[in-house]
Amino acid sequence: MIKRVFASVPVVAVTAIIVFALLRLTPGDPAAVLAGENATAQQVDQLRQTLGLDQPLPLQFWVWAQALLHGDLGLSLISGQPVTALIAGRMGPTLAVSVTSVLFTLIVAIPLGVAAAHKPGGAVDRLVSCIAAIGVSVPAFVIGYILIYLVALRMGWLPVQGYRPLSDGLWPHLQRLILPTLALSGAYIALVARMTRSSLIAILHADYIRTARAKGAPEHTVLLRHGLRNAAVPIVTVVGAGVASLITGVVVTESVFNLPGLGRLMVEALLARDYPVIQGLILLFALIYIAINLIVDLLYVALTPRLRTRQTL
Amino acid sequence: MTTQSVPCTHRVAYGAAALAMLLALQVGPAAAQTLRVVMQSGLRILDPVVTTGYITRDHGYMIYDTLLGMDADFNIRPQMADWTVSDDNLTYTFTLRDGLLWHDSTPVTAQDCIASIRRWAEVDGTGVPLMQFIASIDAIDAKTFQITLNEPTGLLLAGLARLSSRPVFMMPARVANTPASQPITDTTGSGPFRFVTEDYQPGLRVVYARNDAYVPRDEPPSWTAGGKVVNVDRVEWQAIPDQMTAVNALINDEVDYIQQVPFDLLPLLDGNPDITVDALDRMGTWTYFRMNHLQPPFDNPLLRRAAMAAVSQTDILQAAVGNPDLFSTCAAVMGCGTPNGDEYGRDWLIEGNIDMARALLAEAGYDGAPVVILQPTDLAIVATQPIVIADALRRAGFTVDLRTMDWQTLQSQLRNQAPTLDGGWSLYSSAATLATSGDPFGNPNLATAGLRSTTGWPDVPEIEARRTAYARAVTPAAQRDIARQIQRLAIDNGVVAPLGQFHIPTAYRNSYSGFLPAPVTLFWNVAKTGG
Repeated sequence: MIKRVFASVPVVAVTAIIVFALLRLTPGDPAAVLAGENATAQQVDQLRQTLGLDQPLPLQFWVWAQALLHGDLGLSLISGQPVTALIAGRMGPTLAVSVTSVLFTLIVAIPLGVAAAHKPGGAVDRLVSCIAAIGVSVPAFVIGYILIYLVALRMGWLPVQGYRPLSDGLWPHLQRLILPTLALSGAYIALVARMTRSSLIAILHADYIRTARAKGAPEHTVLLRHGLRNAAVPIVTVVGAGVASLITGVVVTESVFNLPGLGRLMVEALLARDYPVIQGLILLFALIYIAINLIVDLLYVALTPRLRTRQTL
Repeated sequence: MTTQSVPCTHRVAYGAAALAMLLALQVGPAAAQTLRVVMQSGLRILDPVVTTGYITRDHGYMIYDTLLGMDADFNIRPQMADWTVSDDNLTYTFTLRDGLLWHDSTPVTAQDCIASIRRWAEVDGTGVPLMQFIASIDAIDAKTFQITLNEPTGLLLAGLARLSSRPVFMMPARVANTPASQPITDTTGSGPFRFVTEDYQPGLRVVYARNDAYVPRDEPPSWTAGGKVVNVDRVEWQAIPDQMTAVNALINDEVDYIQQVPFDLLPLLDGNPDITVDALDRMGTWTYFRMNHLQPPFDNPLLRRAAMAAVSQTDILQAAVGNPDLFSTCAAVMGCGTPNGDEYGRDWLIEGNIDMARALLAEAGYDGAPVVILQPTDLAIVATQPIVIADALRRAGFTVDLRTMDWQTLQSQLRNQAPTLDGGWSLYSSAATLATSGDPFGNPNLATAGLRSTTGWPDVPEIEARRTAYARAVTPAAQRDIARQIQRLAIDNGVVAPLGQFHIPTAYRNSYSGFLPAPVTLFWNVAKTGG
């Protein structure tokens, strides 16, 4: 575990260097953005000097890397705010919608997958396949607009948009997460349900399942204790990848539901060429990916006794 | 341990009470008189001198005040200060009115105003030339200062009353002494609203609270002149990136006001009895294209004229706006409906005359040099123009290379003076409010001093001479006469090609009233009148 953590340090460092270099190679100039369309070349040059963008690239990188080692991600070139504060301010909505989407996905997708695997080709299986096909093929923003129209505008049950932190109360918080969660979960429910189904079907043909049934174990015990537990490794992998992509890929959902999250911050920073913010966010995303991979690895060990034995030996 | 069961009726009562509390929590904060506003973009830059972005200008009008204002008849009026002028038109004495306080409760002084004017004049298109006319600016006492000119100019009062896009906002001297190239972080102003720092989320949300210490003028409000009476407790600006969501939020009573409703979403609001759609900017916006005068093919004036002749304004406006009720053709480089609007060239600029363009191409001996047109895909208001222009130019015989990119990349590209084969550009289209464009200094397209000008770098000394003459003119009639000459020169030299005018509608819920028609977005005078 400690080895894995240390092994991730060079990954983060290389990511930082690549991101820094790529951003500087990308066309665009934050000083031009700041000055506006009608600024003269002289005014833009003055701003570039003020922002330190006229310095040689290695020097800019050195200044940034030094500050990074002290936990300082710098200041936004556009708003002048600390990058850490900007990221911290946007973390809540992204985390909230990601957590609720993952929980909702697990609650819905795994039972669906188990039910489908129980009788492959049966009515439930076909229904799950149908749901999965819709979930995968209909983009989240389309589901989002449909939900807004039906649930918010026609029925008036929920607000169209916005975010309220948990500190404003549980219901105001949840009220604004329901529609984004439903919109975002569709594709993941489809993915996890299909993976659960196929993994479980493969396991249900194993000898020890036949043995369990021969010993008279109830069907739910066979399915859940013997089947699902042993089919869990690929499901955990898919869920892990799903969590990572949820956190970094909720841009469209955040836009449709006006959630002030990290995805929107990234798009805004990219459009404005706000280098420190982009660099800070990509580093954060790299760390999240690494952390999720570590958690998935730990779950593998917990779910697979053979791996534990091997480690003990 | 003992447990006591709760009777069923009590459980229901507790449940109902909990639900009631939950609902009360929801409606509590919204009950305050808070105007919920969706602006066209998120506010990220707080300094109205560093940038000419409209969102920062609108922010400026919230928290800062101006020495002078302009009313709907283009008259310059006193706002923070009244003024007198000497008989020789060389000495202007400004006297601050009583009761002016900064948001930190210290009094506004003449020194603050002098520092603010100097900072603005470092970078502004009117301010820089104005300073050439100014011999001295001196504080007479805490409330009075004097500006002495080398020679008479109309730029002084026009500059101080300027509406857009870089008005002369007054700031405390400690803030205004910051170099103009360094963004300020202190948001202390003396305007009718206060900036609520703790609620500011760059790009997302800005909250303004009523400045209870603000003493408005007695006159009725008109544009930026008159009394700035604030009737709401707070104004909350938020940026909703998806316009459809913003419109849905307005319909669902989650926001009260949308600054700009996209044209294609207007049908969603048609017939809604709770919502008013109104183009509050009665002057409107104009769209235009500019060409790179440094590089082929548009270093040739005949080819610039050919491009201008080829494009039909109606085609452009149909594609960009769609609704004929909201657009009109116009050949004026300073805008139809402004005091300086003149339509010289209308006979060949409006219709899209492909035959004339072809003839000019032949006369110029066009060699097929590619026209690189920059097309921003993410800014709806200017996304379609390049496509229509490209089609017209191709039909006229130009070789066209349409390059798509985002708006910010385009802005950076515009600084590239290289030939098109080395990443340079030939033509781009943009749009600006007429409040910004109605005079030869406020309109950056009319700066024609070659490399010292903004993008396109036209070098037309005759226009520069007329601009100087305009600065020296002190009567509106004299200014209008010079503006007419500038129009002629700008069209004949292909400095900027007008593509027509349009109105961008605003929408607001009828529970609020008093939104002022003005070329800039203002939130004083607005009052809650319904539930």
